[in-house]
Parts: sequence; structure tokens; C-alpha cells
Amino acid sequence: MSFSQSHLLGIEPLSPSDITAILDLADQYVDLNRRDIKHSDALAGLTQINMFFENSTRTQSSFELAGKRLGADVMSMAMQASSIKKGETLIDTALTLNAMHPDLLVVRHPHSGAVDLLAQKVNCAVLNAGDGRHEHPTQALLDALTIRRAKGRLHRLSIAICGDIAHSRVARSNILLLGKMENRVRLVGPPTLMPSQIDEFGVEVFDDMREGLTDVDVVMMLRLQRERMDGGFIPSEREYYHRYGLDAEKLSHAKDDAIVMHPGPMNRGVEIDGEIADDINRSVIQEQVEMGVAVRMAAMDLLARNLRVQPPDVMA
Amino acid sequence: MQTLFTNARLIDPEKMTDQSGALLIEGGIIKDIIYGGNPDLGVRTVDCSGQCLAPGIVDIGVKVCEPGERHKESYKSAGLAAAAGGITTMITRPDTQPATDSPETLEFVARRANKAAPVNVLPMAALTKGRMGREMTEIGFLLDAGAVAFTDCDHVVTDTKVFSRALTYARSLGALVIAHPQEPGLSDGAAATSGKFASLRGLPAVSPMAERMGLDRDIALLEMTGARYHVDQITTGRALPALERAKRNGLDITAGTSIHHLTLNELDVADYRTFFKVKPPLRSEDDRQAVIAAVRDGLIDTISSMHTPQDEESKRLPFEEAASGAVALETLLPAALRLYHAGDLDLPTLFRAMALNPAKRLGLSSGRLSAGAPADLVLFSPDTPFILDRWKLNSKSKNTPFDGARMQGKVKATYVAGTLVFEAP
Repeated sequence: MSFSQSHLLGIEPLSPSDITAILDLADQYVDLNRRDIKHSDALAGLTQINMFFENSTRTQSSFELAGKRLGADVMSMAMQASSIKKGETLIDTALTLNAMHPDLLVVRHPHSGAVDLLAQKVNCAVLNAGDGRHEHPTQALLDALTIRRAKGRLHRLSIAICGDIAHSRVARSNILLLGKMENRVRLVGPPTLMPSQIDEFGVEVFDDMREGLTDVDVVMMLRLQRERMDGGFIPSEREYYHRYGLDAEKLSHAKDDAIVMHPGPMNRGVEIDGEIADDINRSVIQEQVEMGVAVRMAAMDLLARNLRVQPPDVMA
Repeated sequence: MQTLFTNARLIDPEKMTDQSGALLIEGGIIKDIIYGGNPDLGVRTVDCSGQCLAPGIVDIGVKVCEPGERHKESYKSAGLAAAAGGITTMITRPDTQPATDSPETLEFVARRANKAAPVNVLPMAALTKGRMGREMTEIGFLLDAGAVAFTDCDHVVTDTKVFSRALTYARSLGALVIAHPQEPGLSDGAAATSGKFASLRGLPAVSPMAERMGLDRDIALLEMTGARYHVDQITTGRALPALERAKRNGLDITAGTSIHHLTLNELDVADYRTFFKVKPPLRSEDDRQAVIAAVRDGLIDTISSMHTPQDEESKRLPFEEAASGAVALETLLPAALRLYHAGDLDLPTLFRAMALNPAKRLGLSSGRLSAGAPADLVLFSPDTPFILDRWKLNSKSKNTPFDGARMQGKVKATYVAGTLVFEAP
């Protein structure tokens, strides 16, 4: 099992075999996490720092748990509350933390590219936990693992990603990952929430949800990110729910065994009907959360192995 | 005293010729041009050994950070950079801190500039007070104090009534107004041009259409007011038909573009390289090609460096937060020569856009190789290859997108009114 990267900044630089390496190892960690004793020493002695410049409960706790289960020393910092308020720049903050010799740095930032910038300035492995509208690679990987386990494969599937594509880093990472693994990706949403020239990413774009969901294997809903809206992208929540909210009728256009996904947190009654979200026969939303911990364990484990790689002994 | 430049490859943007000959200057003025031979006049001679001799560059829109941010660029450092780049006249921008919007500030600027810089410096003044777009500046007093044009730089005067009155008032004084064509409602917060690249990088982006909308509005106001008007930068293909129509209809309009939009495109930003963040943002390759063609046809009149110094701190930030702009006084000519080496533009066309047209638009007698013009000259070898090292630039700020780039073409010497102000070591 080989993994070519020294950071996990996005899906874009990953090869299909990198993706498969993470998912295969994550499968093993799913088993570990279901045992009574959920512990390994893969990261023992290593220090993991979580820097979240943007609010997060789910991703941050998932990374924290993943590190702790692998035996790392984990520290989480809510950056909004700290030095940023005192005017320190991102790079100075990074250099300060770098001086404490972390091995793994998990970063979320509200601006696209901020995590790339930070990775250039520190000498540890950096994991992108979401940067602006750019990428959220571990979310796409956990979605991929969920799909692979539910469908038995991660290729030649028809997958609809629905909702606010324009503001979504989850959508970008998923489009890239699912494309690399040779799936058919459809994007469904109002044209005001589609990034420009998105059709050049090898996807099909639909503004009619029923048409977009026809015969798909996977329905991936996105959160309507109201906090990102400048205003005026959609007329109202209720019109959005009427046209793009996932309900039983719209879902009936998908394949009978289609699964429903959502990265959370959900706005019930805005983008998804509560009953569908809770339907254990269709919804894999809880599995996604479970896979999240395993995928993050796998990603950190693989990056840590690359950290520990010694120059090969040519005499052996 | 007379000086004869012999063995020169003379680039004449008026006659649009590129041929060998000699050039005689006397008392800071060009006296004669002799094609095809090297006469023996018994005067001091400078042997150009076949290198190009062209009119010095007249660069409209140079930002020197005095007053306000002298740590980014001073008149001294900018003047040295200009001389090293073959620029003999800098037309400076008023987007200083505070804005150059009163005769007093303008006089300060002019005094500092002429004391510290080895090249000609002609200041522009703000069109509205504080570049806020609400009240017009004292255009008459500022003209008397030496302002050569009026501009709010990258601030668009959004209030159409304010802008139309300023244009009307400027027309009565014959003042040139320079504007930035952009629809601010669309461009607000943008860091890139909308399209596949911006979508992939997740950057807030502006449609290239915003430039045409801004230009369309300004053209309508020109029809209304009859003012003298120059567009600072046309960077998209879609704005060109509107410009062409306005010229055909006889409006007093000219247009410029920046060297960065002629030589770079949006993909150069790559992994969020903030030295490539300029305003307006870099465009698609199609737009770049369209703008090159417009310079070739003369639809776009001028090429500027849009020299904008930024310190390391304001660039070492996430792309969205980083400041816009790039230094370019020293890289303008070598970058322009990329277009020559690529076969896009010949040397007379380049110097028509970099020297003759800007001088003509501002009513200056420089920018040409003809008897009676000031002996503002640049001697350069168009082929000498080098790798640009940003730390060797004369500008105090080192934010160039060409750091580490392979370039061709070096300035050998620069003369202002016949005086040597730069000589390559």
C-alpha cells in the first residue's frame, strides 16, 4: 500500500491509487472502531494540532477522535478566539505552532488556498479540513468510503450532487474524486448556485431535480449554506424546498436502491425532508459520520508513515 | 554639445520603421536622424554596436507610494527602477495616502519627484476628493499645479451624476480623464476572473462582462459630455467592439492595457501565487490574444506597467486577502519583448504603444525619434537572455510575477534629455 503525498491538501493532486490506499486502510479502521477497545498505536508519540479558523463541531471532533484512537497527542485550537483577533497573520501563527514541532497539522480556514499557503511554511504533514470554497478532501474520501461499502464498488456509478454547488468545497472535492474513479457525476441545483463553466469539469448539469435524479445510484445532498450567502441567490427557502428539497416524490425518480447522503449539518425542511433523512433503508447519513473517523485515521496514518520513512538501506 | 549615436538599430514608432542608422542630439534635443550610414561629423560618438535605439518609454499609471507608504516605494527607488527599465517619463498615480487630490499635495509630490528621480515625473491628480466619488477635485488649480490627467485609479465613480459633472467640468478645461472600466456591483470582492480556473480554485470571481459594462456606461457619458477620456486598462475581448464603435463615432477616447494582461493569463496564478494577483484579475488566454491583436491594430493605444508596489506582508496572505498589484518598471520592456520574440508585435508597434501614443495623448513632445523631440532614449539589446531575480530589482518592493522567469532583452543605457541616467554594468 503506497501513498504518494506528504500533505493532504485536496483531492486534485491524488491519484486513483492514493485514493484506494486511503479507503482500503480506512476499511480496517472501521473494524477497529467497532471493537470494544478502539485503540491503536499507529501515531503514538506524534503530536497532532487542529487549527480551526472557522467554526466546526463535526469535522473537528472527528479529527480529534481519529488522532486519539491512534495514540497521538492531540491539541485543538479555536483560532477565531485567539491570536487572529490580535492581528497576527496566518503565517506567523503557523510558524509559532511549527516551532512546537507538531507532526500533523489539521487546518480549516475560510479562504480558498489558505491551507496550501500554510503547508509551504511548516515542516510537518498538513491536512486540509476545508479551505473556503476550494476543497474538503476528507469529506470526499468519507463519502467515497460510504458509497463503496453501500454499493460494493466506486466506479461506473451515477451520482447526483444537489444544491449549493457554488459555495461548496464538499462538492468540488467530490466532483474531482468521483471523476477520478470514473463515475458519472450530475450536478443539480438552481443556476445561481452553480460555479461558472462547471460543465467543463466533465459533469452533467441539471436545473430540474426530477430529471437530474432519474436513475441515479447515489443522491448526495448539500447543505444550503445560508451563512455564506450575500443574499439573492434564491427567492426564498420555501421555494427552494419546493424545487430542490429532497422528498419522497423526487427521490422516486432515482433507482429503487439509491442511497441518500448529506455531509451535515442538515437543514431539515430546507434541502431535505426529515423522513428521508431518517429512513434507514435509504439514508446513509449516520454511516458517513462513522466513516469520517475511519477515513481521517487512515489519512493521518498514511501521512505519518511517509514522515517516518527512512532513506532505504542500499546494502540490505 | 553634440553627440552622435552610430551603428544603431533605430526604432521609429512614427514612421513605423526598424532600420539601421545614426542619431544626432544636441542640447538635450534630437537634431537629426541619418539612415543607412554613419557620417563622420567630428563630434562625440556613442557606438551602439547594432543595438536598438528607441524613444524612452512613457508609462501612464505608475504608483509611487509617496506620500504615505514610502517603505513600499519612494521617488528615488522608483526613479532608479524606471531608468533601469528604459522608462524616461513616469506618469504617477494619485492613489497615495492621502490621495493626491489637492494642489498642495500635488506640489509636494512634484517637488519630491523632481529632486529624487533621475527620469521625468509627471503627476496625475484624483478626479474626486479622496477618490471617494462624491465631490470633484479642484481640477483647474490642479492643472495649474502640473497635473497631466485626472483619475480615481481603480475606484469607479459609481454615482453617474457626479461622474458626468466631473467629465463636463474637465472638458471645459481640456483636462484628460482616465477611468477604470468596471461594473463594481459585479466585481466587488472578486479575486479572479470567473471561469473554469476560478471554479476549480474556489476563488470569488468577476465575469469579464463587468469590464464591458463599465466601458459602455463611460462611453454613453462621453457622448453626453464630449470629454477627453482614456481607459486605463482594457483586458477582455468583449470590451473591444464597444471601444472600436466609440472611436469610429468620433468620441475623444483612447485606451490602454497593462503589460501583465498582455503576457500572462489566469492559469499563471497556479497554486494561489499572490504575486499574480492584479486588478483587474488576469484573464483567459482568449482574452490575452484578443488584447494583443487590438494593440497590433492600434485599437488599444497604450501599454503601461501599472507598476504597483506591495510589501511582502500584504502579499504573504491567502489569495483572497492578499493585496493586488505588481511592480513592473524594470520588467516592462523585457516582458514586452516576449511579444516581439513570439512574433505577436514588432518593435515599432511596441514603441508606438509604450512611447509615442502615451506622449501624444498627454500632449508631450517626447516618445518619438524626430528632430526637435527631447533626447529621451533607450538603448537595448533585444536578444540578451537572462533569468530575473526579484531581489536585484531597484524597486523597494519586490512583488514581480516574473521572479525566476527566463526573459530576453536588456536595457543597455537610458538617456533623459541627452543625459545618461542609466548604464548597464
